[in-house]
Amino acid sequence: MATGVTNTSGWQPAASLAALESRAHQLAWVRGFFAQRGVMEVETPVLGRYGVTDTNIESIAASPAPVAGSSTGAWLQTSPEYHMKRLLAAGSGPIYQVARVFRDGEFGRRHNPEFSLLEWYRPGFTDDDLMAEVSELVCGWLGCETPGRLRYREAFLRFAGIDPFLASDRELSAACEQWLEPAQLQAFTRDDCLDLLMSYQVEPALADFGPVFVTGYPKSQAALARVSEQDGLLQAHRFELYVQGIELCNGYWELTDGEEQRRRFVADNQARLAAGKPEMPVDQAFLAALDSGVPDCSGVALGLDRLLMLKLGLESLAGVIAFPADRA
Amino acid sequence: MASYSTNEFRGGLKVLLDGDPCIILENEFVKPGKGQAFNRVKLRNLMTNRQWERTFKSGESLEAADVIDLEMEYLYTDGEFWHFMKTDGSFEQYAADAKAVGDALKWLKEQDVYTVTLYNGAPLTVTPPNFVELEVVDTDPGMKGDTAQGGSKPATLSTGAVVNVPLFITIGEVLKVDTRSGEYVSRVKGG
Repeated sequence: MATGVTNTSGWQPAASLAALESRAHQLAWVRGFFAQRGVMEVETPVLGRYGVTDTNIESIAASPAPVAGSSTGAWLQTSPEYHMKRLLAAGSGPIYQVARVFRDGEFGRRHNPEFSLLEWYRPGFTDDDLMAEVSELVCGWLGCETPGRLRYREAFLRFAGIDPFLASDRELSAACEQWLEPAQLQAFTRDDCLDLLMSYQVEPALADFGPVFVTGYPKSQAALARVSEQDGLLQAHRFELYVQGIELCNGYWELTDGEEQRRRFVADNQARLAAGKPEMPVDQAFLAALDSGVPDCSGVALGLDRLLMLKLGLESLAGVIAFPADRA
Repeated sequence: MASYSTNEFRGGLKVLLDGDPCIILENEFVKPGKGQAFNRVKLRNLMTNRQWERTFKSGESLEAADVIDLEMEYLYTDGEFWHFMKTDGSFEQYAADAKAVGDALKWLKEQDVYTVTLYNGAPLTVTPPNFVELEVVDTDPGMKGDTAQGGSKPATLSTGAVVNVPLFITIGEVLKVDTRSGEYVSRVKGG
């Protein structure tokens, strides 16, 4: 039942009924956690006028009847982030959401193209403050030890033997040669190399490490986090929690500068074109919200399916999702 | 020729890699949330039988290999080739060379059915069924009364294969043998 291979003609759920009961308990527990803290639950669209420009996240296009004034199509949301930041700009205060999100082409033991994302925003919190709250939520539910901290740079130096900030492009490429052919590597960007080393060397090593926050990502991997100079290097205020080597959440001390966000979207689309992917329309409503003023805040998105997988000690998401993509 | 993208990869798919036909054994999707996705693929090269592990950026594709498995009846050997015939009533015959027959040689019995894998229309490998029934043509005399326990002895089967059998087995008996392990399974009733 917990394997990735499923019978595609069966009508039965992939997850056991006991796992689905745990899923219900988890959801109730999460809602209780935020209710106690005065964080408001919100709902935002699953189907939006914009997708995302992220180079490595593919939005699924939908084709509903046109809605007045929309010329950007309709997209299943890959995260509720932009809509939730519009609520923050409107003065919502602290908010959370249990969102169904969609990412095209992601399917495997730890991926399903449709999944449950717990996303929350805390005005006035720094990344440190939010990591403390993530610890309370995750460890309160899993009963795990309080996560340690490990800088992205330190993790690479220890487990991949290379400096992700200072190594040359050629050195990074050479570090990937044991898995890839020279012809394949020619098409690799610096970030492709870092992502390969993260998946092949760092993550497996973190499996033996106990829960740990990885922090201080390179600027090129800042996404929507603010960047500052630390130890003489530009580092993003981005964190990811790994439990048993499984990436559980991704958080930022949020970028609230509309101009900088605009530049990153343009750069994303350039990277997409360079990778042979279609350009994506930029979410103008989100940028307008940033321009009008999103409060200083930190936010995080946490995979609830993976959290449950860890809680139940399972190896595959098929054990915790009633109907994964291959039997949906 | 068709090609397959990484998101179509699954166990059993036959693809061309470095010019050789390969069968995909496992396909693992890995991706840091915000990062590039990769497919970590285990394949077996059907020419050399060697196992490979290769990585692809998700979205890359491989050409499909023209490889099919067909049930065929073994007819005879002329010393250089082993001749098989399709079981679909077409009487179509294929000649497999020693490389294609490989280890299946010691299990080949005329009129039995084997899986012949064709690559670009020519036999690439011959796979015996998991179990075959073959007659013992030579073994030391059995020890009377010894039916269950005790040691084993070698027995030569009609195809030339030598397997370890219990001491009570005698010449002329028909045995069921597991071709994957080369081990004796049981006597065949009425054999």
